[in-house]
Amino acid sequence: MSYFAFLSEHGTTMLLGSVTTVKVLICATILYVIISIIFGLMRISKNPIIQGVATVYIEFFRGTSLLVQLFWFYYVLPFFGISLEAFTAGVVAIGMNFGAYGAEIVRGGILAVPKGQWEGAFALNFTPAKRMRKIIIPQIFPIILPPAANLTVELLKATALVALVTVVDLTFEAKQINAITWLSAQCFGTALLIYYIISRFFLVPFLRWLEVIAARKVGKEKI
Amino acid sequence: MNAEWRWDFAIEILPQMLLATLNTILAAGIGYAIAAIIGLLFLLGQRTPIKIINMINREIVEFIRSTPLLIQLFFVYFVLPQFGITLSAWVCGMITIGLHFGTYLSEVYRGALEGVPKTQWEACRALNFSTFYTYRKIVLPQAFPIAIPGMGNYLVGIFKDTPLLSTIGVAELFHAATAVGGYHYRYLEPYTIVGLIFLMLSIPAAIWIRKIEKNVNLSQGKIKKEQI
Repeated sequence: MSYFAFLSEHGTTMLLGSVTTVKVLICATILYVIISIIFGLMRISKNPIIQGVATVYIEFFRGTSLLVQLFWFYYVLPFFGISLEAFTAGVVAIGMNFGAYGAEIVRGGILAVPKGQWEGAFALNFTPAKRMRKIIIPQIFPIILPPAANLTVELLKATALVALVTVVDLTFEAKQINAITWLSAQCFGTALLIYYIISRFFLVPFLRWLEVIAARKVGKEKI
Repeated sequence: MNAEWRWDFAIEILPQMLLATLNTILAAGIGYAIAAIIGLLFLLGQRTPIKIINMINREIVEFIRSTPLLIQLFFVYFVLPQFGITLSAWVCGMITIGLHFGTYLSEVYRGALEGVPKTQWEACRALNFSTFYTYRKIVLPQAFPIAIPGMGNYLVGIFKDTPLLSTIGVAELFHAATAVGGYHYRYLEPYTIVGLIFLMLSIPAAIWIRKIEKNVNLSQGKIKKEQI
């Protein structure tokens, strides 16, 4: 069977799987960004309880494997009466896991803004809200976006794991087709290529574009 | 199904889980050793003066880095037999983890080498040191402390990715948990124990790496004793 015959027969199935993969990617990215901001801010809080909660959360999710967390959410939570759909369990597990990594990036970003900027805003009698919105946050973005972009590419790769809790995504379809046809090279090769294309030609350019905008906002041109 | 945690069941399966943990540690160790060597190969490809090799090397690294480890595992495990190479799940897993993390480690090495100031190279040139001597005595001792945090992080990273090996049938911790869970139809205890074992191993590992980082920096004279 030639590769083109393989594509014409199974191409649509794989593309449909890719759509699910992209859906997981988008939902999990939104969730992880929200969690990173919340826990990143909690991590630099002066209140020891808030800070402690954030530290425990981050250490817990960074210390255990994503696959274990995913299976825990999908197979163990029903014992407690919380049944999540496979898709939801996947998105929540990935979002919470990457949120823990993202929180550290946010914390680092906030701490990396020079102290003089805080003091300057304070000296100019800015309100705390205005100080954050006009001075600190615009400077955080160029610092945190490059590591956050790396993390997001990692997240795309991590979405493959949701196939193991029966979400019908690209990996799942590739496994199915492999089980039917035993054309392993074709179906896993195609899946690898699709992930590569999504990452190289869509996700990474988009993230670079965000970085350029963020750099321009603070007057640092970036090529 | 009830939600209560059964201690007797947890204790009953614990020896089995601890035994499987040894396999997980073994897999992480071997995988890391292979990754460290493959990382050096990618680094060589990156630093050769031949342009075409650089380009091919970069594309390969880029491809491996932007595709999921899970599918790479399936690819190696299912495709190689089509070409008449039948390897055990263990060997496939180790090769794939080595390749995947080798690309990451090559970046760590590269960053470390570039972190050594250019003037150090120029000084060696001025003193007429051979390239080998320059690397051994001047560059590598300075590059090493820069590389340690990254290398340590990927050691923990590999450790946390070993559960993926269970998908191709390597009998490590997660595989054991799934088997036990399926046998007794109780997943609460096995998966929770797996999570706890991972926590108990990876947090001390992270602390230990931070300690080594400090010691190396100390021996290099980068920081002084009072600063700790």
